[in-house]
Amino acid sequence: MINQKVNALIVGAGAGGGVVAKELSTAGMSVVLFEQGGWISYDDHTNDELHSQRNPVLGNACGPDDERYRRVNVNQDGRSNIVLPSEGDYNNISACVGSGTVTYGALAWRYMREDFKMKSTYGHVEGSTLDDWPISYDDLEPYYEKAEWEIGVSGDDSLNPFAAPRKKLRPMPPFTHNKEAEIMNRAALRLGYHPFSIPMLRNSIPFGGRPACYRMRTCIGYACPVSAKAGTHNTVIPVALKSGNCELRTNCIVSEIIVDNQGKITGVTYFDQNNRKKTQLADVVIISASAIETARLLLNSKSKFFPKGIGNENDWVGRNLQGHAYPNAFGLFDEEIYDDFGPGSSVAICDFNHHNPGIIGGGYLANAFIRMPYSFSGIRPPGEKMWGKSHKEFQRNNFKKLVEIHGPYQEIPNFNHRVEIDPLVKDFWGIPVPRLSGKMNENDVKGCTFLAEKADLWLKEAGAIRTWKSPGISNGVSAGQHQAGTCRMGNDPKTSVTDKFGRIHSVPNLFVADGSLHVTNGGFNPALTIMALGYRVGGYIASEWLKGNRFK
Amino acid sequence: MQLAIIGSGGILLFAKCSHSVASWRFFSNTEAQLMDALADQIIPPDEWTGGRESGVTNFIDKQLVGPYTRFQPIYRRGLKAIQTTCKSQFYQNFEKLSWDQQTAFLDQMEAGKMIDAVWADGLDREFFSIIRNHSMQAFYGSSRHGGNKNNVSYKMLKLDYPLIIGQNRYKN
Repeated sequence: MINQKVNALIVGAGAGGGVVAKELSTAGMSVVLFEQGGWISYDDHTNDELHSQRNPVLGNACGPDDERYRRVNVNQDGRSNIVLPSEGDYNNISACVGSGTVTYGALAWRYMREDFKMKSTYGHVEGSTLDDWPISYDDLEPYYEKAEWEIGVSGDDSLNPFAAPRKKLRPMPPFTHNKEAEIMNRAALRLGYHPFSIPMLRNSIPFGGRPACYRMRTCIGYACPVSAKAGTHNTVIPVALKSGNCELRTNCIVSEIIVDNQGKITGVTYFDQNNRKKTQLADVVIISASAIETARLLLNSKSKFFPKGIGNENDWVGRNLQGHAYPNAFGLFDEEIYDDFGPGSSVAICDFNHHNPGIIGGGYLANAFIRMPYSFSGIRPPGEKMWGKSHKEFQRNNFKKLVEIHGPYQEIPNFNHRVEIDPLVKDFWGIPVPRLSGKMNENDVKGCTFLAEKADLWLKEAGAIRTWKSPGISNGVSAGQHQAGTCRMGNDPKTSVTDKFGRIHSVPNLFVADGSLHVTNGGFNPALTIMALGYRVGGYIASEWLKGNRFK
Repeated sequence: MQLAIIGSGGILLFAKCSHSVASWRFFSNTEAQLMDALADQIIPPDEWTGGRESGVTNFIDKQLVGPYTRFQPIYRRGLKAIQTTCKSQFYQNFEKLSWDQQTAFLDQMEAGKMIDAVWADGLDREFFSIIRNHSMQAFYGSSRHGGNKNNVSYKMLKLDYPLIIGQNRYKN
């Protein structure tokens, strides 16, 4: 059966694509939303740590699976390895309806003003591609607000003097702290910092027809059993489907963007749930497959009109891949500070996001989510044995006495931190896989060391009897769930991939709406910014469409 | 056959289960005996059961024919290398060594200091790391995967299990 042409097709039902689907379909456009995975049920995997998104050693509960997916990772020493989705170097984001918004920690940050003006704030940084965004915080502010109210955010900025100004409060009050966060909150105040409760895409009170959070131990890495955590799968995607204008096609793998014999983009080819190759035509195509997969799809779409891949005339697609290094410190306390009041991670400070002497950018610091037992077995002070009698004793003596403070360091974008197409390795469907490479520069190391030091001091002030710290820099790229930057937006087509509305410079009807657009990635979890960009890109397409623009 | 079960530490399983546990999915009985000894070294029994009794070998055996199929070759090669070295150094199998000898042997493996040719290309360090990680997964992961028998590690950590949905408090 031949698919009927639609007004718009969207590749990827995550933080960006889910929002775009809602914006277009409720404006009356016919939409097909592609997702490589399916719907996730908590009951399929419950709170099994070994299948969680953060520690998926036995396979990802929310996809992608080890059987059909591959990537190639280039190590710091230049050797390349094939990596599976259950291995850290894969840099996995969940492959399911909602994608990362199903399994994330749901931290709901707005970036700060400076985050959109990194080059203006810090000047040119040698060896980097640090730049300003083509849009400002004020341009994105209305869309942040829309994301906060339509998807649902709990929080309050009144205790955070560093938060960028807002026009409207969030729809739900902030979360209360557990015992650990209270201890850390008091210590931060003693140090003269400005602690506050982290904004969350999680219900602190019933909202949007979904219940309030039950404060379980497990949250990040898992689907929420009661849907208190908000993602696109339980908010905007259901609205899109209810409009009657959006068809969600799950378990479909989009392999290539179709270019006709005049060089125009007409749709995509994909493998359906039975692995049959099919075609879907559309007037407008929006790629929201996440920074790695969006770049892969563009680079894999080669034709005589786009010999280096679509949008890649100036070799910028796949470049500037960013995630977040997580500088951290651990502190052991002499009393139990764990009260099983989940899910953790509630107290943060933004005192070190910017304006740190000698440091470019920075990041927030916060207490981490509650650690699961297997994860904890890998956490020991330097020099401590990682197995045997003392290891087991450490586990039971300290499981409830440990606090981790960490934060996402805003990486300095680098042209050589990148996604390419591997020349040899293919996935189950025969599609060439992404090849990831890059390494942190000395500015990143300096910034991470600085933040780890601050985390350590905070723990000491809180009364930790023993602390240890790490700059948290991985061996290779740090893309992961926070992956961004591979199709950066900009005003100059020579140094960017899309314009300020997410449209590929050289193609009138092809858009990107995910973290790929980020010029820089903030010292924050990027989900709310990706959602806001989804509203901005989707809103632009819908309003133009209603004016009669067919993007030809 | 029965002797093999006892020797492999399966006696407790045998006592509690009506079906036979003599047939491993991947390991031979002699490999399983060695695995049990390794598991107890990684997670020694104390007032709480250790790696052997909590089912580390069963967990790994189960995963080796499932998500860990890719680790089959290194287990086969690594377990053989351990016994080869033990036989040449001590004239007996690893599981017959004294507790301290076993610990010292694993320390050498972990540090990458094995000198026999069978450990070429960093097999010592790599295989140790795999055994260590898989044993921890068995002991601290969900019991539905074949380890952490009777949720022993959750009890040891004073965590409720299975976790109920909602406010989840444990009683001391």
